[in-house]
Amino acid sequence: MSTHTCAEPQVLGLQDRLWTAVTDRDEHAAAAVVLAALDDGIGAESALMDVIAPVQARVGLEWAANRLSVAQEHAASAIAERVIAALAHHPSVRTAPRLGRVTVACVDQEWHVLPARLLAEVLTLRGWQVDFLGAQVPTPHLIGHLHNNGADVVALSSSIPTRLPAAHAAITACQAVGVPVLAGGAAFGPDGRHALRLGADAWEPDARSAARRIADGIPVPVPAAGKQQTDDLPHLGDQEYTLVVRSRPQLVREVLAQLESRFPAAAAYTDQQREHTAQDIAHIVDHLGVALYMDDDELFTGFLVWTAGILDARRVPAASLKPVLDVLGTELKDFPRSSSLVDRAGLVLDALLATTGSRSRSLG
Amino acid sequence: MARLKEHIASRTQKHTTTDLWGSAPYAVIVVDGAGTLVDLNPAAASLLEGAVRGSALSEAVPPWLANAHRETTESTGRSAGDDGAASPRPAFRGRIGARSFAAHPAPDRGGDVTWWLIDDTEQRLVEEELATERERTAFLAEASNVLLASLNTDRCMQVTAQLASRHLAEAAVVIVPAAGRQLPMACAVGGGTAVRTTVTADAARVPGLSEALQGFPPVPSRWIDPASLPDWLIPEGFAGPVGSAAVTPLPGHGVPAGVLVLLRSTGSTEFNENEEVFARLFAARAGAALSAARLYAEQSDITRTLMRDLLPPRLDRVNGVDFAGGYQPAAARDRVGGDFYDVHPGSTPGDASLAVLGDVCGKGLDAAVLTGKIRNTLQALTPMAGDHERMLRLLNGALLNSHHTRFATLVLASVRREESRVRLRLTSAGHPAPLVIRNDGRVEEIDTRGTLVGALPHVEARTVETDLRPGETCLLYTDGVTEARGGPLGDELFGERRLMRALAECGGMPGAAVVERVQMLASQWLHDGRHDDMALVAITAPLTTHLSAVDGHTRGRYTR
Repeated sequence: MSTHTCAEPQVLGLQDRLWTAVTDRDEHAAAAVVLAALDDGIGAESALMDVIAPVQARVGLEWAANRLSVAQEHAASAIAERVIAALAHHPSVRTAPRLGRVTVACVDQEWHVLPARLLAEVLTLRGWQVDFLGAQVPTPHLIGHLHNNGADVVALSSSIPTRLPAAHAAITACQAVGVPVLAGGAAFGPDGRHALRLGADAWEPDARSAARRIADGIPVPVPAAGKQQTDDLPHLGDQEYTLVVRSRPQLVREVLAQLESRFPAAAAYTDQQREHTAQDIAHIVDHLGVALYMDDDELFTGFLVWTAGILDARRVPAASLKPVLDVLGTELKDFPRSSSLVDRAGLVLDALLATTGSRSRSLG
Repeated sequence: MARLKEHIASRTQKHTTTDLWGSAPYAVIVVDGAGTLVDLNPAAASLLEGAVRGSALSEAVPPWLANAHRETTESTGRSAGDDGAASPRPAFRGRIGARSFAAHPAPDRGGDVTWWLIDDTEQRLVEEELATERERTAFLAEASNVLLASLNTDRCMQVTAQLASRHLAEAAVVIVPAAGRQLPMACAVGGGTAVRTTVTADAARVPGLSEALQGFPPVPSRWIDPASLPDWLIPEGFAGPVGSAAVTPLPGHGVPAGVLVLLRSTGSTEFNENEEVFARLFAARAGAALSAARLYAEQSDITRTLMRDLLPPRLDRVNGVDFAGGYQPAAARDRVGGDFYDVHPGSTPGDASLAVLGDVCGKGLDAAVLTGKIRNTLQALTPMAGDHERMLRLLNGALLNSHHTRFATLVLASVRREESRVRLRLTSAGHPAPLVIRNDGRVEEIDTRGTLVGALPHVEARTVETDLRPGETCLLYTDGVTEARGGPLGDELFGERRLMRALAECGGMPGAAVVERVQMLASQWLHDGRHDDMALVAITAPLTTHLSAVDGHTRGRYTR
């Protein structure tokens, strides 16, 4: 995750101190770590990318491993946000804009603002005039902003794969008004393949390489006459995505009912347990939807493998995912792309359960 | 000589087929492998004046046809043994005199080639016209496409300059009207990317420029003396001296759209008829796009100015208390709605600040206008914040006397820091009760009740006091949060119980994180569904009493 180039002892020490401050929810100590490092001449970009970014990545990992609570994760992000704000006000950091203008925004409904925030700060440091629109920017706001203020490029951030359809809408809208889009964030895949699939003009894995790419110049897209969003993704013609997304509540309800009739334990759930289960099922349906949108199995199977890992960390048997797939397969049997996707996901899950099962046996 | 004549005579006799094409409506010539004209029909004789049997092809016909013959005989030689008649060979095209011809070769096995020369002048003219027309249509389609794409003035200027410098002249400069002597302009050379600059210059010094910039009275496009061009009008990268320059006004619809200056290195000061039509069509499109962009920019300026006071304020630390706000209007295209919040700081750190959060019935701009009125009234009433009920009575009176028929619910919070604690006086007027997140994980509903304002002649309200210990947060929210409909099953309300359960996980979080957490949960609950406006204000007693190292720029630093 933290592929920072500058892993010197000084930086590692700073990371540890910031980690301690952030997990103690001590905003002042966190700010003090970073501001003192600046005074020692670490360089603002290094503070952002080699100290704050890796600590933030670690927060995400620790949360997934159930070693941080939701509250701690939120608090850590809020503190990181304020530390970045404090850093931007540090006298050694101010830079007058001398390059072009860049708009940095998160996709609609995307709440993970920090990656975009880091890019905005790095670009500002390198001399760009940056309009930072923040988290979850509705596409009409983004386009209104571009009409009013113009931009050489839009940097669009998304971390959750289920927002890819929204990202697609934003990318095509920006290009339609003649502004190229650089996509970034975990949602677009570790190699950026989803960004290219959605027709983004560029993709970069981190803030530094994104800043370099923007400096190299990204050509203005020429709006082709009569281009439609579905031209990039012709498989959407089968409408399976639309049908699955629209019937999400019914699918969740049906899966829930079937689970309760098959497993006595599920029938005895409290309301709250039932709601958690419903939410988990809804997430699975969401990822099925986005895999259909992108026509990419990995988006669905990858999510199931990840969920199995999360369940494992929370001591829930991952085998409980199996009946969900069975019911979804039955419910969606009339949709060829969906049902074959569910079948393939079942095989991936079987393989995963076989390996973890053998491991626990050998351990036991 | 005698041998040659004999040779030709014998060849002529051999070719009794001459009778077959002698009267053909096309010119036909027969040429041998050595490039000698062996035979020709009367049509060919009149076309190729002076060509007779026996003359060398290279002297009888234009070079393109002689070359075509050499090429044909060479390729026939190579493919000897094949049945030459199997597939018709492609025709060669070229001019003979003033007309255009297609020359179709028909080689025979003896090595002679019979050429059929077919006049295709008319066809070629039509083809050329079609190509020109296609090119023009493609350009205008591209121009419309690119120009209509953006409502940004700068971009429209750049695109106009770039397209004009590719199709109408070697370089183009677009200048748009502006106040004062600052002239915003975009220059492009040879279809390259346009550069947007601003020059300080007097437009009146360029003939025709200031009239064209005013857009009235209408002026025609005119060629001006290149010597009168100031340096700032000649783009960087324009090679050589300017041979000719034209000033073309861009027709805006009711508003002046700007001027296109075209620069050529040659001295030709005329458009031909084609270019003239072309230039006009282009200018019309560019003018329409630029004036639309200007109108949009003016309208959004007006909107921005009018909306400035309706937007939710940014909240921060005030007099040693952390405030955080969050706002999501019902419609994604709106920025304002019927919910509102404000924090009015106490005049000294010892005085209470007043936080207000409320909800006007209705959504969108109409509701937002009324929130503006309520917010102004409440600001004027802040000196009376010691008595919330009295404030509400006065507000109620003001609303009843206005022409608005809407009513509002709100909650008032007087907030004062005392040592490390924060003292709260809370009053709800028909509004969901404030919730307090205690450090031990309990979520407490503050039991304040009151009537909504703007509907009834009399209002009543009960004020409740409570304290926040360091790290504790009081959350004010509007019912857009709890009435968010959705969830995994699609039709459930988010509800107060779920909100309280979510807040129970937020113990000790910074206020901003609490607000963000609730916003995130509610919007995930909605899952793209429609919702009412949602507003949240978190009032948090800071954990530490240090100087605020983080936002030293905020007013009201607190030291102990």
